[in-house]
Amino acid sequence: MGITQILFWFLTALALGSALMVVLSKNPVYSVLFLIVAFFAISGHYILLNAQFLAIVNIIVYAGAIMVLFLFVIMLMNLNAEMNLQGNKLMRFAGFIAGLCLFLVLVAALKDAGTKKQMVQMGTGDIGLIKNLGMTLFREYVVPFEISSVLFLSAMIGAVVIGKKE
Amino acid sequence: MPVNYYIFVSIALFCIGVVGVLTRRNAIIVFMCIELMLNAVNLLLVAFSKMHHLMNIARDASAGIDGQLFVFFIMVVAAAEVSVGLAIIVMMYRNTHSVDINFLNRLKH
Repeated sequence: MGITQILFWFLTALALGSALMVVLSKNPVYSVLFLIVAFFAISGHYILLNAQFLAIVNIIVYAGAIMVLFLFVIMLMNLNAEMNLQGNKLMRFAGFIAGLCLFLVLVAALKDAGTKKQMVQMGTGDIGLIKNLGMTLFREYVVPFEISSVLFLSAMIGAVVIGKKE
Repeated sequence: MPVNYYIFVSIALFCIGVVGVLTRRNAIIVFMCIELMLNAVNLLLVAFSKMHHLMNIARDASAGIDGQLFVFFIMVVAAAEVSVGLAIIVMMYRNTHSVDINFLNRLKH
């Protein structure tokens, strides 16, 4: 078992465990912190796959910007006090069963799919480097890139209009 | 690693997100579980892009680069979505003094 496999299983266990803790923890602040751990584990997966640009962007955008926004909102609304938002037992049980059924169906459908012998290129390959991604982004995907700037502008205006008082 | 492992890891992460959306009633935690589902999809897209690259590396040196660009665009859309969604949650908290999503059933009546 090489170092790559050990790292793969470690990052997988870290991501799944912290994702479970996001759902299970009572305090929303702990949920945000565990979600940051999960994002770092997923960034580690990207580094294992040699997708370096996405690993850095995942840390900067998700763990840096989005999670700070979440923490800011939670602190602003003083939600870190214990709140009784658990709902009734039957609905929680039904939700858990529904998620478990989705998991079982997807695993059963993809267990014998034709991808069994397909390997993933680990640690090498240069398509994840910022140079190649930037070349493709600004040659073939330049129109979606510009449209996404319009999307950001409209999201910013929408957030300001919704969030301002009266 | 075989791509099957990545498929099962992503399915597990996605289903944890689905369970969180279905069972929790705090709107902010529901939002975080949606982010978790988006990240599961991103991980699977990157794994498939590297699988495609390994299969077609002889024909095309940049095969599979589109998958990683799609992940980039998903992150862009997720950032815009979170900013608007958190603004809506703040507005809702200002009006009802709660972030319980069961108070949001007024559109039904």
